[in-house]
Amino acid sequence: MSKKNPEYDFKWCPGCGDFGVKRALELGVERRNIELEMPMANTVVVAGIGCSGNLVHLLDGDQPFGIHGLHGRTLPFSFGIKMSNPDLNVVVVSGDGDFLSIGAEHISPQAQRNLNVTAIVMDNGVYGLTKGQSSPTTELGVITPTTPYGKLENPVNPLELYLTLGVSFVASGFSSKTRELAILINEGMKHPGFSVVHVQSPCTTYNDNYDQLKGNEKKGIDSIAWDVPKDHDASDRQAAYGLLQQSGVPLGIIYQRPDSEPLDQRVAGMRQKASPRTLDQQLATFKI
Amino acid sequence: MANKDFVVRFAGEGGGGLVTSAELLAQVTAQVGYHVKTYVTFPSQIMGGPTFAQARISTAPVLSYGDELDVLVAFDREAYNTHQSEVRDGGVIIYNSEDFQLEEDGKSFGMRIDELAKSSGNARAANMVILGAIANLVNMPEHYLPEFVTKRFTRGRPGDEEIIKGNILALALGREEAKKSGFSLGEMEVPQPPEGEQIMIKGNDAISIGAIAAGLDTFIGYPISPATTILVYMERNLTGPGKFVYQASSEIESITSIVGAGFAGKKAMTSTAGPGFSLMSEGIGLAWMAEIPAVIVNVQRGGPATGLPTKVEQSDLLTAIHPAHGDVSVPVIAVGTVEECFYGGALALNWAERYQGPVILLSDHALSEQAQNIPIPDVNKVVDERRKTYQGQNGYERYAGAELSPMPIPGGPGAYVANGSEHDGMGDTTHLASRHVEMTERRFGKLKLLEDDNYERENTDSPIAIMTWGGSKGSTREAYDRMAEQGQQVGWYYTMQLNPLPPKLLEELKKKELVLVPELNYLGQFSSLLRAKGVKAESITQYTGTPFKVKDLITMITDKIQTHEKDLVKV
Repeated sequence: MSKKNPEYDFKWCPGCGDFGVKRALELGVERRNIELEMPMANTVVVAGIGCSGNLVHLLDGDQPFGIHGLHGRTLPFSFGIKMSNPDLNVVVVSGDGDFLSIGAEHISPQAQRNLNVTAIVMDNGVYGLTKGQSSPTTELGVITPTTPYGKLENPVNPLELYLTLGVSFVASGFSSKTRELAILINEGMKHPGFSVVHVQSPCTTYNDNYDQLKGNEKKGIDSIAWDVPKDHDASDRQAAYGLLQQSGVPLGIIYQRPDSEPLDQRVAGMRQKASPRTLDQQLATFKI
Repeated sequence: MANKDFVVRFAGEGGGGLVTSAELLAQVTAQVGYHVKTYVTFPSQIMGGPTFAQARISTAPVLSYGDELDVLVAFDREAYNTHQSEVRDGGVIIYNSEDFQLEEDGKSFGMRIDELAKSSGNARAANMVILGAIANLVNMPEHYLPEFVTKRFTRGRPGDEEIIKGNILALALGREEAKKSGFSLGEMEVPQPPEGEQIMIKGNDAISIGAIAAGLDTFIGYPISPATTILVYMERNLTGPGKFVYQASSEIESITSIVGAGFAGKKAMTSTAGPGFSLMSEGIGLAWMAEIPAVIVNVQRGGPATGLPTKVEQSDLLTAIHPAHGDVSVPVIAVGTVEECFYGGALALNWAERYQGPVILLSDHALSEQAQNIPIPDVNKVVDERRKTYQGQNGYERYAGAELSPMPIPGGPGAYVANGSEHDGMGDTTHLASRHVEMTERRFGKLKLLEDDNYERENTDSPIAIMTWGGSKGSTREAYDRMAEQGQQVGWYYTMQLNPLPPKLLEELKKKELVLVPELNYLGQFSSLLRAKGVKAESITQYTGTPFKVKDLITMITDKIQTHEKDLVKV
């Protein structure tokens, strides 16, 4: 909405990975809308707090609904929205701090429920909006304003974490590979269950790792990112773990649970078993 | 003279037995037309620990739990030691003589309760032995209990007959023991059954039904004493088409997910108590900021921190009005009776829709667990008020203007961003001073939509008035009535709507020389709010974890009035 709205003064830094994620989300949703003949109003973008969350205000073209709520609480918001209207396409946009630190407690419950929403996690390995503090994905020993003598914690491995917590669709993308990322996001939205698309989205100001992700011939740096092999069986959880044992950043679908049954379907099944009582019937149980 | 009123307390090691006994006694007497109220208190553990359950039975509507006991049933020595001083002169103590022995004292008799139950052929009929004894003490007509037992246990199961036979024998054995003891509490006055059909219901169930009657769509909650039974009721009953109920993983998830549901167009509710309410703070602030309807039921217990999970206190009023950081004044409805639980549950949901924001419904532990007979509510009279929704074209400025505006619902027209940061009309984040001023005033201005004249007023000429709130209503009203009978005339004011207060009520209170506010907290929270609004309010506080006793209230109110009158003379 920023182009139409001069009052909204937030800007991503030049070169921020989140630009690419924004474009990929637009493309992914556009493709879904065409495939399913859905209006944009069918999509709700649930934004966390941080640089990543501002994506909800910066989308171009037709506007989806959005909620820019609280730090760390994207998943519970999306839970309430999706279960209120399972026909909606609910997309979470979050960052490594919002999703994996303050919001980490919410990943497991949604995974066990298999809530049918798609979370896009923009990982830049740093708290950008508050100016460069360490995040769960910051490497061991890195110096930041809150780790002046080097970070004392090991970095979390987000993909392994999602897999272990039972997320039924796990994908890994890179903000500069916009088209590929759009496909991953689209696949995540199609997946009937909880999908997480974890995206390397570099911070040019506080943690510029483009060279590592893309490779830089001039500087003699090889890319640490590699495509998931075409013969990888994404339905095989053990194969997914095997993939994650290799060093670097895999790009593609890591895991997709076959026969994934989302929560809204389970609830529909439960409703058939339940025998709702009218209010009069309920009151009758209290008669003296 | 026949008795109009009696109070029986069952005390001992916790477990279902004590509560069942009190509830059975309440049921059987309610069935023949008495008014009843039970009161239960227990430690926060699954089984065991000192518990008591009490039933008050009366020929008139019961306002409080009863100050003094007519009958104490003590299952063990600790229970006897703890409670015997509360037995009135002329009252009777039945004690479990399998557990301990007492000297002849002219007011107690022992029964070998379990042994008698076993000899009835139903070892689980201890309740019945006791009820039989109590029935004899109060000269209850002999057929009431056997009829009640026959009805209750005729469930079409094999073995029903056996159970009924055993229970009736157990009743007779208890009756015989009481007869042998020679004690009697005189005749109970014949009841005049209340007009209209009655139900016996506890506060939390009444809140649940009231909310469902007002069109509740979504309920998401997390177990916590004493609010859990609302979640349990909803899990069983909120299952129809378009409804959604779920046990969340924390109170943070409860509040944020019902705000999500409210954003998606649903009438949504959660329930909690002190610690959970604290965790919801940030989410409630978001609902206020982003203008999203949501209802939070706070069944108050003793606090702070884990506090007294299974005791009563009214100490969450200030945090209910100001639950979040920043400039907020959240609407608060506080229920005072089981009947009000029903209507308050409905009103809270309708308020949230009307002004598009969060509403707190305050109840308390005593109300949550207390069963009482009330006229069956007419669910068809409950209004299902719905927010104004936006039906126009896209490009809508959802937050524009100083007044409440129609709300777009995801899937429909008018896509916007519901924003917890300060925002402009579109919902985009802004830092403009003028916008923060405009939006802050918009949010506070909407509270006017909740102002009306719903309050109780009696004896309004008196320069001194009593105005209690919430669950202290019953005992305060009984104190007020007794004082009136003795010729002490003071004014009576009461409302469930604590924020915003009905403006006319506030005007009336401001004209009083003295407004006395009984409330169960140390700070005198409501009286401090009234003083801040210019009312000469003085609090009468108690923070024992138990409800007010009527006699204590009369003493404290009378003292305050006397002091006030002396001060007037000095001037």
